[in-house]
Amino acid sequence: MSRILDWIDQRIPLSNTLKLHVTQYPAPKNFNFWYLMGSLALIVLVNQIVTGIWLTMSYNPSAEGAFASVEYIMRDVEYGWLLRYMHSTGASFFFIVVYLHMFRGLMYGSYQKPRELLWIFGMLIFLVLMAEAFMGYMLPWGQMSYWGAQVIISLFGTIPFGIGEALTTWIRGDYVISGATLNRFFALHVIALPLVIVILVFLHLIALHEVGSNNPDGIDLKKPKGSVKEEDKSPYEFHERYTKKYDIVDSIPFHPYYTVKDLVGLAVFLIFFAWVIFFEPTMGGHFLEPPNFEAADPMRTPEHIAPVWYFTPFYAILAAVPNPIGGVILMFGSIVLLFLMPWIDRSTVRSIRYRSGLHKANLAMLVVSFIVLGFVGALPPTELFTRIGQIFTFLYFAFFVFLFFYSKNEKTKPLPERVTK
Amino acid sequence: MSNAPVDKGRRRFLTVATSVVGGAGVVGAAVPFIVSWNPSAKARIAGAPVEVKIDKIEPGQLIRAEWRGSPVWIIRRTQAMLDSLPLIENRLRDPESNAPQQPDYAKNEYRSIKPELFVAVGLCTHLGCSPQFIPRNFGVAEGVDSGFFCPCHGSRFDIAGRVFSGVPAPANLVVPPHYYINDDTIMVGAEEGAA
Repeated sequence: MSRILDWIDQRIPLSNTLKLHVTQYPAPKNFNFWYLMGSLALIVLVNQIVTGIWLTMSYNPSAEGAFASVEYIMRDVEYGWLLRYMHSTGASFFFIVVYLHMFRGLMYGSYQKPRELLWIFGMLIFLVLMAEAFMGYMLPWGQMSYWGAQVIISLFGTIPFGIGEALTTWIRGDYVISGATLNRFFALHVIALPLVIVILVFLHLIALHEVGSNNPDGIDLKKPKGSVKEEDKSPYEFHERYTKKYDIVDSIPFHPYYTVKDLVGLAVFLIFFAWVIFFEPTMGGHFLEPPNFEAADPMRTPEHIAPVWYFTPFYAILAAVPNPIGGVILMFGSIVLLFLMPWIDRSTVRSIRYRSGLHKANLAMLVVSFIVLGFVGALPPTELFTRIGQIFTFLYFAFFVFLFFYSKNEKTKPLPERVTK
Repeated sequence: MSNAPVDKGRRRFLTVATSVVGGAGVVGAAVPFIVSWNPSAKARIAGAPVEVKIDKIEPGQLIRAEWRGSPVWIIRRTQAMLDSLPLIENRLRDPESNAPQQPDYAKNEYRSIKPELFVAVGLCTHLGCSPQFIPRNFGVAEGVDSGFFCPCHGSRFDIAGRVFSGVPAPANLVVPPHYYINDDTIMVGAEEGAA
């Protein structure tokens, strides 16, 4: 066995890479619940790729055959229903864990220096994931697939000076949404975007392992070399790549400590995941919407169209503005501001634990706004809901403006030397 | 290996020249990939005009035809509908139909060739949903019983497809080019006299 390993190690750096990134990778010892989401997202990604490949085997990406082939998967393919529900439920759970993962980053200041690129890679993953989910939702070619795509692609049509119209025709490959659009979205959904996501995830992890994980206290656990007494250093063996430059405190090797913890988290996650797959695959019309069980009809829009739940907050921002181009700008702006978080937040204290009451209230306002917008975006566009949408759109943006101003001279609590419980 | 001194200027020139030629090659190679996303020849010819029989439309009824894959509405408006048109002009964004959303022969108070027969592309000018025809109880003003309501973002249009102000849609519904072949038939998608 060890001779085989030696043989491999002389040719590719297998043992060294495992040590560097797994068995001798120092992770802060005070990770809590919120730190499960990253590894769960990775597992959901694998689930999406594997079930997606299997669905491709029975799916027919044409305007004539798509809807029927999804029915075929559901009724005639052995365990086709399970593969499809694993994929559709996986999409929603992907967004649940990604939203929690992002909230964790906001809470503990994980976007702050030196983790700006790590955060930006993460935001890029989020952006591509939204495109991936949108294109995936089109593939069953139901009513919601069709009209959802119609609305989202028309967003680009709001660009003035005649660019918009040419651009939408180019994206659709036709003057309306048609089989040409379905075919190219299929290609992007199963090949192009998954490749991009996997590459971005790789870069996200490379960036993470370069700067190290943040932690709930938001303090640095890699101290300058020679500044820590021998008995205060972590008693574990870490890769020399880390110990050469730093004295490492309050850290444990990723494996076995966090692999085991993540497995416990995964087990709990799978209970929820399996429950939805087996008992509530449409989740009351939120994971799979009722109009999508009807084949696409270009002549008739469903009574009420709303995007799937994970898009509704941004959709509510779009609908809050009584001017198309303004709505589109605000909607994309709401995501661009998240990209800019490392520079909008000018505080040097990372974790919410040591930041001001004002900051806690402000972050709470963002969360409430996001959730309310999520509800409003799913409801019919009555005058009342549009008004509520406008108020909470304003509050969503106010978070970033407030943060920029108070964070410069924020009254923060003193940081601990070492991690707390 | 010669011992001649390195000519840095010459080396830089060659590097830049090679990069520019290579870059032009990449741009050239990208063209087919980008252009192939345009509508195919098949999609382009599918935009042919369509003939629609209109003799069976009852007053107050809307029928749908398909042109270029989009819904086209043809409505035979009642006298009450026509009479309601001037009542709410102060609540419309473009009551005079100044924006080029219709051919010149439909730029009039009814936005149609014949007052009663209204022809429009049934797609909201906001983000392209198909609005609902509300034949009665439109409920926006006294005497105005009918109109169109877009379920996606709540835009409203009157029975001549004119958009209300304060809704997301920026412009009136599009009136496609059309003409009467005879009293019972119209051609949607072409101008009279055009091939």
